[in-house]
Amino acid sequence: MNFFKTTAATTAIVLMGSTAYADCGIASGNVNILGNEFGAIQALVAGAKECASGTVTVESNLTTEHRDIQVAALTANPAQYTSAIVANSSIVPLLNEGLIRPLDDLIAKHGAGIKDTQKITIDGKVMAIAFMANAQHLYVRQDILDAAGVDVPTSYEEVIAAGQAIKDAGLMEHPFAMNSKTGWNLGEEFVNMYTGTGGEFFKPGTAEPSINNENGVLALNTLKALADLSNPDFLTFDSNATGAIWEAGDLAIAQLWGSRASGILDDEGSTDEITSNTVLAAAPTVGGGDTPASTLWWDGFTIAANISDEDAEATFIAMVNGIRPEVVSANNDQAVWLADGFTPGPAAKGVFATASAGARPYPMIPFMGLMHTALGAELSDFLQGNESAEQALADVEAAYTAAAKEQGFLQ
Amino acid sequence: MPHKTFFWFIFPSLAAMFLFIALPIVSVAFQSLYIEHEQVLIEVENCGPFGCETETVVDNEATAAIRQAEPLGRFNGLGTYFDRGHLATAEISEAWSTRESFSGFLSEVMNLPFYRALAFTLTYTFVCTPILILLGLAVALGVNGLPKAFKGPTIFVSLLPMIITPLIGSLILFWMIDAEGIFGKTLQVIFDDPELSLKASPALTWITLIVYGIWSSTPFAFVVFYAGLQTVPEDTLEAAMVDGASRWERIRYVVIPHLMPLVVFITLIQLMDNFRVFEPIIGFSAQANASSLSSIIFDDLRGDIARFNSAAATSMLTIIGVAILLTPVLIRTWRDFNRKRA
Repeated sequence: MNFFKTTAATTAIVLMGSTAYADCGIASGNVNILGNEFGAIQALVAGAKECASGTVTVESNLTTEHRDIQVAALTANPAQYTSAIVANSSIVPLLNEGLIRPLDDLIAKHGAGIKDTQKITIDGKVMAIAFMANAQHLYVRQDILDAAGVDVPTSYEEVIAAGQAIKDAGLMEHPFAMNSKTGWNLGEEFVNMYTGTGGEFFKPGTAEPSINNENGVLALNTLKALADLSNPDFLTFDSNATGAIWEAGDLAIAQLWGSRASGILDDEGSTDEITSNTVLAAAPTVGGGDTPASTLWWDGFTIAANISDEDAEATFIAMVNGIRPEVVSANNDQAVWLADGFTPGPAAKGVFATASAGARPYPMIPFMGLMHTALGAELSDFLQGNESAEQALADVEAAYTAAAKEQGFLQ
Repeated sequence: MPHKTFFWFIFPSLAAMFLFIALPIVSVAFQSLYIEHEQVLIEVENCGPFGCETETVVDNEATAAIRQAEPLGRFNGLGTYFDRGHLATAEISEAWSTRESFSGFLSEVMNLPFYRALAFTLTYTFVCTPILILLGLAVALGVNGLPKAFKGPTIFVSLLPMIITPLIGSLILFWMIDAEGIFGKTLQVIFDDPELSLKASPALTWITLIVYGIWSSTPFAFVVFYAGLQTVPEDTLEAAMVDGASRWERIRYVVIPHLMPLVVFITLIQLMDNFRVFEPIIGFSAQANASSLSSIIFDDLRGDIARFNSAAATSMLTIIGVAILLTPVLIRTWRDFNRKRA
């Protein structure tokens, strides 16, 4: 062996040794992770990448567009990614197509630290390991509420009254906001509100829609009253927009994602006056119901079906390494972690309050995605005051039915 | 050119067109005739961090077996074309037979996604195209009259709207027209209305999108007309001047007739382009107030469940729409061509 080769090899070994190298106990294999892009998932993937070694490769593609590519990427054989990080809704298309594998054997071998509550069990088989929870809940500005003389609202009726009081007191013209952008966001707001009324989206045991009822009208009318307290641009508001308006101090009450809390409460992008007065509270109830008008979400990892058992095992070990207690505690405020090592901080308060008040999970039903899309597309006419609530709900049911027939869920 | 040489000359283009244009269209047309298989659903117990619930899932093995037998899906003929998401024939005849007034019927039709999209697409196409042609001509004439030293920089600046990626251009404008943005705030001050928002009402959103469309496509018309202006025969222009024709008369009777073939060319291209309006709708987050056939296709293909068949049907309808739009222009060109040959 000549001098250069020896030097190169030595340098490579030194470089490898200098990165945080953990022996995860993987003999060999390829790990490739597809997932959404936010702090908690980045922390997980960084943890998984510590398992990389001479015989183990760990790669990742974290993108907000992950939902649009996951089915195609995992349908390929061998699959492009060995693991897809999913949520309640995005696991459904993978289940529909049978693209992810049961994890029971792997858990028995390598998953001693995984709690039972983390296991997403479908028909007795564990299909995903949840690592964090999320939900939309209330953010309120204590100083504005005090100035208007109202308490932190616990129901949407109180939210509307408080918003009106703030408006009447001349404190703010548009005190309320939620993620009401036409499309997925608006659909999610209806799903939350309708879940709070106790309504069911489908006739039991079928794919027939059943939202055109009293609960649906109540949910829509509540959304309309809230929209009237929002900026007229509300149909363009997504998480980035509402977060920025909150940090600019132009909102007194908002229903936002829990995962945005650490970004809103940190000392960047806002003033101390705003952050110190920001209080996180449970999602409100609606129409005298006792469950919060919000849905609970989990994020978890799955293992692709179309890969070798060796790669599946390597992936599972690496992913478990990514949610080990040290990773969780080092990134404590990034998420409401479900895994061991988490101490709930101030940013987790809203999600905890919402979950412990008995909010229901987002339904993991094969045709829920079609319903969600129909809701997102058809409700903006009503919120702009162009049609009645009944007409809007009838439109949603008609749009959903056309889509469900085409997808083979309805005849 | 001998036929054989001609054949070999255009063969590569023909082959590429067949592979990359004709075949995909045939495949999309084929897909639009099929829908997904009936899904075999079963009820199971699902458990997670938030407790257990009985929920429906797809029986993968049973569904896979059906798929194996018929990979294309169920044959649905033209069913998808006529369903509510597309031509909605049943809904329209229902609305017609139960109508109380014509405007009531019209508002029911406009409640259907395809017709709502078509209304915006056609308005956008027929407002943008003539205005941008006139504006392009005006800019070209203006630039052509400039002293030589200024021409280069002026042409460069005039082309900028076309150089900017449409999605980025519309996003930047979206932020500028925000109530807190420079345009939005200025308009509020001018009209003395703190509630004025270009994003909130359908009419203002449509105007914003159309202004954007004109802004972004005018440079194309300009650059084509400008090239055409360099070929206007000097002799004819001088003869017209000798006859005492004013600048306007020279433009009207010499320049415009000379540029007429270019007007047809720009009309063709812009009708096609504007009918496929898409980026500004996404960039301006305008889905609440405006949708186009392309944005419907985009929505079908995104999300948790991609609706390929529905998207395929809308794509075919878009092609048919473009063909209908272009027919009058093409017939006119064909007649001109025959007249010249005769």
